[in-house]
Amino acid sequence: MERIIVCVKPVPDPKHWDKVSMDPETQTLKREGIPSIINPLDKHALEAALTLREVHGGEVILLSMAPPFADATLREGLAMGADRAVLLSDRVFAGSDTLATARILAAGCRWIGSFDLVLCGNLTVDGSTAQVCSQLGEFLDLPSVMHVVELSDEGGSKLLATQKIENGLCTLRVPLPAVLSVRKELNKPRYIPFTGILAAESKEIALLSNADLKINEGLVGLHGSPTQMAGLELKKFQRAGERLEGSVDEIVQALVERFYKLGVLS
Amino acid sequence: MNDNQRHIWVFTEQRGGALHDVGLELLSKARALADEVGGTVSALLLGSDVSELTDRLAGGGADTVYLAEDPGLEPYRLLPYTSVLEAMVSEHRPEVLLMGATAMGVELAPRLAARLGTGLSAHCIDLRWNDEGHLLQVVPGWGGGVIATIACPNHRPQMATVMPGAMKASTFPDREGKIIRVDVSPPMEDSGPQVVEIKTETPSELPLEKADVIVAGGWGIGSPEKWGLIEELARLLGGAVGATRPPVDEGWTEEGRMIGQSGKTVRPSLYIGIGISGVMHHVVGMDQSGHIVSINSDPNAEIFETSDTIIVEDFNKILPPLIAELKARQGK
Ligand SMILES: Cc1cc2nc3c(=O)[nH]c(=O)nc-3n(C[C@H](O)[C@H](O)[C@H](O)COP(=O)(O)OP(=O)(O)OC[C@H]3O[C@@H](n4cnc5c(N)ncnc54)[C@H](O)[C@@H]3O)c2cc1C
Ligand SMILES: Nc1ncnc2c1ncn2[C@@H]1O[C@H](COP(=O)(O)O)[C@@H](O)[C@H]1O
Repeated sequence: MERIIVCVKPVPDPKHWDKVSMDPETQTLKREGIPSIINPLDKHALEAALTLREVHGGEVILLSMAPPFADATLREGLAMGADRAVLLSDRVFAGSDTLATARILAAGCRWIGSFDLVLCGNLTVDGSTAQVCSQLGEFLDLPSVMHVVELSDEGGSKLLATQKIENGLCTLRVPLPAVLSVRKELNKPRYIPFTGILAAESKEIALLSNADLKINEGLVGLHGSPTQMAGLELKKFQRAGERLEGSVDEIVQALVERFYKLGVLS
Repeated sequence: MNDNQRHIWVFTEQRGGALHDVGLELLSKARALADEVGGTVSALLLGSDVSELTDRLAGGGADTVYLAEDPGLEPYRLLPYTSVLEAMVSEHRPEVLLMGATAMGVELAPRLAARLGTGLSAHCIDLRWNDEGHLLQVVPGWGGGVIATIACPNHRPQMATVMPGAMKASTFPDREGKIIRVDVSPPMEDSGPQVVEIKTETPSELPLEKADVIVAGGWGIGSPEKWGLIEELARLLGGAVGATRPPVDEGWTEEGRMIGQSGKTVRPSLYIGIGISGVMHHVVGMDQSGHIVSINSDPNAEIFETSDTIIVEDFNKILPPLIAELKARQGK
């Protein structure tokens, strides 16, 4: 394998999501002060790429569409062992839904040139759409396979990929190049060695704008996104709770009575 | 069919001749949406030798069942399915196309949406029309409890994947559906990924979505030993065990037990949550339960907002006597 592209998305660290609030005027989420990390599943995708590289050699490239300051987050992937990174950043990309995002990432893949494999995470923690992998496959006109929990090289430009499906597993023989997205069962991302952090400093992050990718501006960002946000609310689920009080024994009896009343016990 | 009518399509997935319940759940929701605006509901059934399933789809609310049968469509493969569905959509131009957010739907819907150049929202928990007649798609968003409403005003079909369990299936005994066979030609190209093997495990226990009682434990349970109390209470109530994410991550229980945004959506008659804080990620999966009992030692736990019965207490104090009492009453 000569080249593996790993799509990584910088996401707000879920550990700090209690700091998220809503701006009532603009109806947007305020996320100031929340640090970015690489989307956790994307590290599993990167681990898979690094494992394949250990066997076959070749190059592992990180691909990301994000604001320019995301380069700091990409360093983490470079420290893990990726060879270089390509960051797609342009004001006209802002507001892209998954369709537009996949289109931009596809253009990034084409800009990189030839590749054998594109790996993604199955879903992101913030958007959680799990749509980019299939859509990237479609825009690149390549096979796509999601939910990958096992991956092995069959030689002859083929991989065996096992998908998790309801109540089971489905193993596919996948001709390359292809786009795959992975679940966390696939592997355990390696720890970042100190030497990796040092090495990452000198690795290249190519910053590309739409001047490089030349996608029709009507097809990216808000204009290129068929889905629109019609509303956003911090949801409150409300029920008029009744508190059971008294001794433990009284509480237990009251609860059991309730089970009878609900018809759960008879 | 009248072309001004709104046609709502539901992809009703099957694997190996077994219909996934989410198809019937979606048909019932589609029926309600269609009836509001005088529209029609169609089920799309793809596979080989699956025609015996069409009755259930008609009885589940479909006016029309589009049946595409071909040996190349069994087992499911993404690329042939995408091509067949694309051709059907391009010919009939439905307003709305719904799929279950299952392993299959999650992979297939985005590929199809990209090919059709239309929008898709993921993992919806509710659907409704707005005043302009667009389909509003309600999706739980990230972190501290965000509910986003998505619309796709200018592209058709309006596509959504819906969480299994989020809608309730119904039957319409006197409805008769029309079966339309779809010509799957030219024959499926076969250069894409090939299925080598499918391994299915039959779940030994009651699936969570079908349980009438769920006893769910959270991080507050603290250890795999204590988790046994959750399992025992569930058994005594004839229910199923549910969980938040941490117990699954810790390996106290299997992944299939997780309830919430990235797990299952459940609606049992009785839901008992123990040692659960009530983060939105979890709550979206259980808030449609009939009666919700919560046991949490923190009087300010968020889960109490979503509860009918509140017990502010250490579960270690409540569960052993509760279990003993249930055993005594059941004569065990
Ligand atoms: C993208 C994303 C998707 C997610 N999807 C899901 C999902 O689908 N489902 C899900 O559940 N989570 C999901 N999560 C995780 C979610 O954010 C929370 O971390 C999780 O739900 C919290 O679980 P918990 O309530 O069990 O634990 P905690 O929040 O740690 O709460 C533990 C509770 O136990 C109580 N407690 C402690 N000791 C006792 C005791 N002795 N007796 C009684 N009570 C006690 C505490 O007061 C506390 O309220 C997701 C997270 C992300 C980022
Ligand atoms: N902006 C982005 N830049 C790079 N990769 C992305 C981006 N958005 C999504 N991806 C990839 O697509 C996967 C699924 O994302 P999503 O469909 O948004 O849940 C992620 O795990 C990433 O691998």
